[in-house]
Amino acid sequence: MNSADPNGQRAWYEIVRDVLKENDVRLVTYVPDNVLSPLMKALHEDPFFTTFCCTREEEAVGIVTGAWMGGMLGVVLMQTSGFATLPNALASLAVPYQIPLLMIISERGSLGEFNLGQAMVCRTMRPSLDSMGIEHHTLRRLDEVAFIVDRTISQAVSTQAPAALILNALLTGGKVEKKEK
Amino acid sequence: MAGNNKQAQHNHRKVMSRADLSKRLVGKLKNDEAVIGGIGWTNFELWGAGFRPQNFYMLGSMGLAFPIAHGVAIAQPNRRVFGLEGDGSLLMQIGALGTIASRGPKNLVMIVWDNGAYQITGGQPSTSATVADLVGLARASGLEKAFWADDEAHFDKLIDRSLSEDGPFFIAAKIDSQKPAATTHRDPVQIRERFMRGLGVRKEPHAL
Ligand SMILES: Cc1ncc(C[n+]2csc(CCOP(=O)(O)OP(=O)(O)O)c2C)c(N)n1
Repeated sequence: MNSADPNGQRAWYEIVRDVLKENDVRLVTYVPDNVLSPLMKALHEDPFFTTFCCTREEEAVGIVTGAWMGGMLGVVLMQTSGFATLPNALASLAVPYQIPLLMIISERGSLGEFNLGQAMVCRTMRPSLDSMGIEHHTLRRLDEVAFIVDRTISQAVSTQAPAALILNALLTGGKVEKKEK
Repeated sequence: MAGNNKQAQHNHRKVMSRADLSKRLVGKLKNDEAVIGGIGWTNFELWGAGFRPQNFYMLGSMGLAFPIAHGVAIAQPNRRVFGLEGDGSLLMQIGALGTIASRGPKNLVMIVWDNGAYQITGGQPSTSATVADLVGLARASGLEKAFWADDEAHFDKLIDRSLSEDGPFFIAAKIDSQKPAATTHRDPVQIRERFMRGLGVRKEPHAL
């Protein structure tokens, strides 16, 4: 599920990379996450993108916001717990200043989560997004990835509004506990 | 015991006026340099130093002046970009210094107004009033061109250097607690749109 198959079907992270490129999203900032690591690797390996790790998700949001105002579109990659640190930066910067801040969030905390902390944090994500009026879509199916990512980016830019793409375990496989044999 | 005896070396410096230093800085900007004013009195004072379309004023997002400036510097590598931040705000997002040092944007200049306090919220002391040396933190984060301004003339010299030499630069000044005379006009969409036009990213829309 996590890698390109021999029939030429692109993996989810290859589709995301390609659609970001088609939409001229050149800057990628992130705080690491296991599920997102193949996407982070693919973006690092492609010189089209300027990709680097930040110390906090808020910092990553600030950088992408500044770059947008300077004429370069970007995206912030994070996990659910990283999103939970962001409402202040979103509600006092990205939303009121009308920034098309793109967020790709890997969804930890549901469908087999083993850490109650992650599960609780996950429950805050969609209500937070809704309370700020931020458009968000959950990606579950490989055949929908290209369409949803492409349309979300173009709408964010046209309407000058932040948007979030949530990558569900049905798409990525998520993260499950390794059981002792 | 040790706790009472932490008036560190960095606090034996000349205390200057943020209004004066903000005006000195703005007076030296002749090439449409971008300036990001951090939350609170930092951006009030930038507002008070005179209108420039290349100024951006933060109304929240405490601690993000340097990350925002970093982003502008990445998007526009041929323009010098200044971030202005208070000590309390910098301490909230101190990791940003290491990110900047590791990428080394040549066109980025960080300026810190260190009054040793969270002044706008009532003047509660920050750790830079005692133990934390902000230039020391910057150096330890990998920023080699990190300096305290000893006095006004030295501040002027450091700004001149930052305008002619490759950065990133980090310049900190000890400042007093004088309240700014002006208040930033709080219209975020107008601030952002003017800034983007000031940076040449957008133009006034008009029919062909
Ligand atoms: C995340 C967050 N926490 C707290 C505040 C409240 N707050 C606004 S400005 C400020 C103090 C800023 O201190 P500093 O950067 O040193 O600037 P000064 O007021 O001294 O000029 C605080 C604590 C806030 N806006 N956001």
